Amino acid sequence: MNRSIVKIGVLLMVACGLGFLNGCGEVHADVKPQKDRHAAPDFALKDSTGKTLKLSDYRGKVVLLNFWATWCEPCQVEIPWFIEFEKTFKDRDFSVIGVSMDDDGWDSVKPFIAQQKINYPVVVANDDVSRKYGSIESLPTTFILDRSGRIAAMHIGLVSKSVYRNDIEHLIDKERGIEIIPATENRGGSAFELARLLRAGGLRAE
Amino acid sequence: MSWLACFAPAVFGQSNLLSVAPPAKLAAKAGTTVTETLNVQLKPGYHCNSDKPSDEYLIPLKLTWSASPMEVNEVVYPKAELEKYSFSKDPLSVYTGDFQIVTKFKVPASAPAGATVISGKIHYQACNDRMCFKPATAEVALPVEITK
Repeated sequence: MNRSIVKIGVLLMVACGLGFLNGCGEVHADVKPQKDRHAAPDFALKDSTGKTLKLSDYRGKVVLLNFWATWCEPCQVEIPWFIEFEKTFKDRDFSVIGVSMDDDGWDSVKPFIAQQKINYPVVVANDDVSRKYGSIESLPTTFILDRSGRIAAMHIGLVSKSVYRNDIEHLIDKERGIEIIPATENRGGSAFELARLLRAGGLRAE
Repeated sequence: MSWLACFAPAVFGQSNLLSVAPPAKLAAKAGTTVTETLNVQLKPGYHCNSDKPSDEYLIPLKLTWSASPMEVNEVVYPKAELEKYSFSKDPLSVYTGDFQIVTKFKVPASAPAGATVISGKIHYQACNDRMCFKPATAEVALPVEITK
């Protein structure tokens, strides 16, 4: 009995090492079934050009909502991927939105956007947005929203580019033509609901 | 969500990654210079930027002291480690594990004799090999006995 458990453990470790099991070494949420998805909390913030960006205006599009900061090195790895996704998928009802968590706001963020040649809209989070999304303390934290503005997947920390790509392609291609749920019928959206989603996803608070 | 997620680290509420051992009372004779060494510990598996980070966007570790009868002459930070992480192209200038920060205080001749407590703050920004955490502050209270 004990030997069997050890063997299974060793096999899992080898599989993880070889990358056979998606999610090894990653905090990773697969695309959830539609019935289990909750609305992403809405917000309206100015982007780097001064234009108001309202998340709910993106209904009808798959959205990669990335919480990041200029001081976050792992975030800097992902940003070129998101620039590429924006180019590749923008004509397929997809958009990236960056939400900076920099305390000094545009002073740091605007030069960074220019330096990195970020091609998607970026806003700076305020306390309200941070609270609505469960007081995000770990970066990067990225939500993948379906066309109805619901959270289909969430990734905390650096995950592989293919994880994002798989989620995006799944939502763009496999859920094409699925009826978009009007905002009034969309459940949840509160920090409480989001916390429940996080718990349901197997993540725990320390 | 894969069951393998049960192996995932806790990711919310990552406060107190850095702690400072409560310092012993510092004896400070007026008209001299005294040195205080703070013993700092970062949780295993985490790193924080050194006082001179590798990138202009990174947030340095910084110790500050509140106003007191003693004057801060100099804060001496430990030598940084250059560590390579999976997410960084180049090695980063960081601190890990246990390290010490030394403060040299000047005790003015006019400093009033007696006991006092000086407040210090270590501002830092920590990461592990996959994610970073919001900048945080660790507070320290240094008991001081000033004598003439």
